This record gives sequence, structure tokens and C-alpha cells, in this order.
Amino acid sequence: MLEYEFMRNAFMAGGAVAVVCGAVGFFLVLRHLAFAGHALSHVGFAGATGAVLVGAPPLWGLLAFTLAAGIAMGLIGERLRGRDVAVGIILSLSLGLGVLFLYLYTGHAAQATAILFGNVLGVGQSALASLFGLSLASLCALAVLSRPLLFASLAPELAQAKGVSLRLVSVLFLAVVAVAVAEAAQVVGVLLVFALMIGPAAASARLTTHVGRGVGLAVLLALCETWAGIALAYATDWPATFWIVSVSCAIYFAAALASSLRSQRAAAAKL
Amino acid sequence: MSAYAVELDCVAIARGNRVVLSEVSAAIRPGEFVGVFGPNGAGKTTLLHAILGLIRPANGSIRVFGSEPQRGNPEAGYLPQQRAPAGDLRLRGLDFVASAVRGERWGPALPGRTGWRDAKRAIAMVEAQELAERPLSELSGGELQRLLLAQALLGRPRLLLLDEPLISLDPHFQQTIVALVRRVQQSEGITVLFTAHEVNALLGAMDRVLYLGSGHARLGTVDEVITGDVLSTLYGAPIEVLRVDGRIVVVSGHGLVEADAHRHDA
Repeated sequence: MLEYEFMRNAFMAGGAVAVVCGAVGFFLVLRHLAFAGHALSHVGFAGATGAVLVGAPPLWGLLAFTLAAGIAMGLIGERLRGRDVAVGIILSLSLGLGVLFLYLYTGHAAQATAILFGNVLGVGQSALASLFGLSLASLCALAVLSRPLLFASLAPELAQAKGVSLRLVSVLFLAVVAVAVAEAAQVVGVLLVFALMIGPAAASARLTTHVGRGVGLAVLLALCETWAGIALAYATDWPATFWIVSVSCAIYFAAALASSLRSQRAAAAKL
Repeated sequence: MSAYAVELDCVAIARGNRVVLSEVSAAIRPGEFVGVFGPNGAGKTTLLHAILGLIRPANGSIRVFGSEPQRGNPEAGYLPQQRAPAGDLRLRGLDFVASAVRGERWGPALPGRTGWRDAKRAIAMVEAQELAERPLSELSGGELQRLLLAQALLGRPRLLLLDEPLISLDPHFQQTIVALVRRVQQSEGITVLFTAHEVNALLGAMDRVLYLGSGHARLGTVDEVITGDVLSTLYGAPIEVLRVDGRIVVVSGHGLVEADAHRHDA
């Protein structure tokens, strides 16, 4: 299947996106922010459709909206807690706006499907270059940020006393999350970003208690899930998004089962 | 070099519109174990935050080993009152402690060889080696408290600020934590400020008492400070102090002060 250029592009794009999603997802799970990525992708939908409307690449519209929303979430920070109604209504508004933009855009409906459910087999050369650039930038940012991010996530009060600016760390991290969301949406679509960002990280958290191995395993799982999904799509002609999400789901539940069996055995051994 | 570890001179601190401390003076010597008590809202946490440099006094001066309090001062170890949000994570104790090793610097979240060594040393100091490999989600409150204490001890601080480490612990675990802090304090020669709700838990471990109330404070031995006269002044209400079987019972006109007024969930 690698003789086709679109398959080579799909594997490269999926790989570049998966590495970022696995690493970013690990910290999202650590910070109990699993649904922040989901929320950001909904906001991104309005950006992507708006970009289509004005004739720009959807990736950049998506990125502009997720970045703005991510930075705003970081700045509002703690005050966001317990305001799920307000957040939900803003999310509905942005989905609604997306619907309006799609209605105003009279072109073909394939664009809408691609934004909502992803189209990794349709990634062209220029999109591939953009994804590589964004992946590289967000991995570099995460590498520099990860030490204070880990500290602030696990022991916020102590981190603050030691001079860490919790708000700055939060804003920078959510900006990286926004980039990852925009990238993930190219592969699995805005509706299914959760599966690619949180699935591998949550499975990894079930399988290891180490930070370093946790990040590594989340990246590895995200890569395997994405590539397996693309290969299965090629073999069956079913959508790649379906396969990626299914594999992610299966791996998560297998990991959850394995870890609960292990802790049962550990408890039994103690008796 | 200052003769005192912590020196408070006519310190006044306001939080918002509320004056928490109006005039507090006290001098704590290096190597002392000081129990910090007072009714709810008396400013125990506020005082620790001021010593850490997180809030500035509106008036008066604070000196920590002779210098202005400075946020991020490596000489001060801190165990915050708000519990770590990490208690439900399946992360092992060693990685939790190690996350605080020079965690304020930018860079990748890899502690490095010296970082792991420092984290293991701090864990050994609090005798928590058996917790290092266990996930946080399986630890009890007292076990988690030991790891937080290990984090506070990273970087070999000379001053340890412990904010309510006994809260929500069973009496048995309270005694273990107090004895542990006392051992570490003596072997390392650290100055300890230990806030608590109940004087009895710290009897025998602490050298002196800092009692806060009505914006003021009194520093002295248990016998000097825990008396009806002093506490009546600090509470602004008549207080009696009884001694029963070597334990101290503080009684106000409304009942037991220590047992009732001191329970809170903050």
C-alpha cells in the first residue's frame, strides 16, 4: 500500500500528529483536563468552517480559533471551574456558528465531513508540511515547558511558593493543547479528537506508574493506533477515522482490564 | 548572619479588606520546633505565606535568616495545607516527589541522576521507601502526607513551614507524623514552624508555642503561653486552661475551645 503517495502522506501525517497527541494527552490526563481538548475542538469547528467560507485552508482557521480559546481558558483558569453551563453554551454557539458558515458556503458537503470526521487519506503535500512544522514546534514547546508543567500539575501550591507562575504555565500548556487539537482534527476530525488525544494517554496511565515511561507509552500507543487505523482503512475501505477510534477504544479497555486484574491480584496476594 | 531563623517585627498583614495580623512580633531561633496555634482565621496560613514571600506585610518587617522573605527561597521548605490534587493518580510516589526537584526551572520533565538521588534521599528522610513504588491512588492520607513532607525537604532547607499536616489524620498517624518531623528536625538541625489545631498533639515535640489571636501573637514555652490569662487576651473572651493527666484542655464560656472551634474543613 506504500506505493501510493496518498498512503505515504497519510502515514507521515498520522505519525506526526500522533506523537504530539500522545505526549500532550499524557499531561491533559495528569491535570484532569481530559475534556478541555474536546471543548477546544468544538470551538475549532467554527474556525475551520469560517476559513472554508473565506477560501482559506481549514487547518489555519481551526488553529486560530483553538489557540484563542486555549489561551482564554488558561487566563480564566480556576474561575472556569463549576461554570460548565456557561462553557457548554459557548461550545454550542461555536458549533452553531460552524453550521451557519457551512450553510453560507455553497460548495460541496465533503468539506464539512472532512472537518467533522477527518480525512487523513486526503492530506496533500502542503498540509503535510504544515503538520510537520506544527508538530515540531509543539514538541519543542512541550519539552521546555514540561518540567514546571509537571510540578504545577502535581503540587500547585508548592510550585507557586517556589516561584512557578501557575497561570503562565497553564496558558502556555493550553496553547500547545490548541495546536495538538488542530492537528488531531486533520486526522480524526473535530468530533473525535478525544479518541486520539485522551485514549492513548489514559491507557498508558493504566499501564505504568512512571512519568517518563508514561509519556513514552502514550506516544507509542498513539502512533500504533493511528497507523493501524490507516492500514485497516486501506485493507477494508472503511473510514480511517472509524478504525483509529475503534483501535484506541479497544486498547483503552484492554489496559483498564489489565490494570484492574493486576490490582485484584495484588490485593489477593496481600491477604 | 542573623541570630534568628525567623524574625517578625510589628508585622501587620491584610488580606483584601480584612486585617489578619495587626501587630505580631516574635523571634524564632535556628533549630527550634515551634508549634503555631490559634482559632480559625487567626492568620496561621497567612503568616506562613508571608514568611515564604508570597504576600507582603502592610507594615513591619519579616526577616528569614536575616534577609527579606523571597518567593522561591531555597532555604525554606513548605508543606501546603491544600492537599495535592494528585491523590487519585496512578503515579508512583518517587515520581511524585521527584517532580518537585528544581521543578520551577524550564526544561524537560526529567529529574536526571542527581534529581533522582535527591528525591530518594528526601524519601529516605521521611522513612517512606516502601511508598516510592506504590501509586498515589493506593496511599492513605498519612502516607501521602509523608511524601508531601519529603517534597518539602528537597534541597535541604534550613527552615520547614508545615501547614496543618495533621488535619484529617487519625490520632495514631498524627503521632507518627509529629515524631517523624521531630526526628528530621533534630538530625538535620532544621527550624520548624508547624501549624496545628490541637496543642496536645505537639506536646513533647515542640520547643515553643506561637499562639495567634485577634491579630496578635505570643511566643513562649507551653507553660508561658497556654494559660488562661494569655489565651483570654488572644481570644478576646474568657478562657480557662485545665490540665488533665498531662494533657491540656482549653475551655471557654461556651465549651471546649480545642475540640469545637478548631475543627474545620479548609
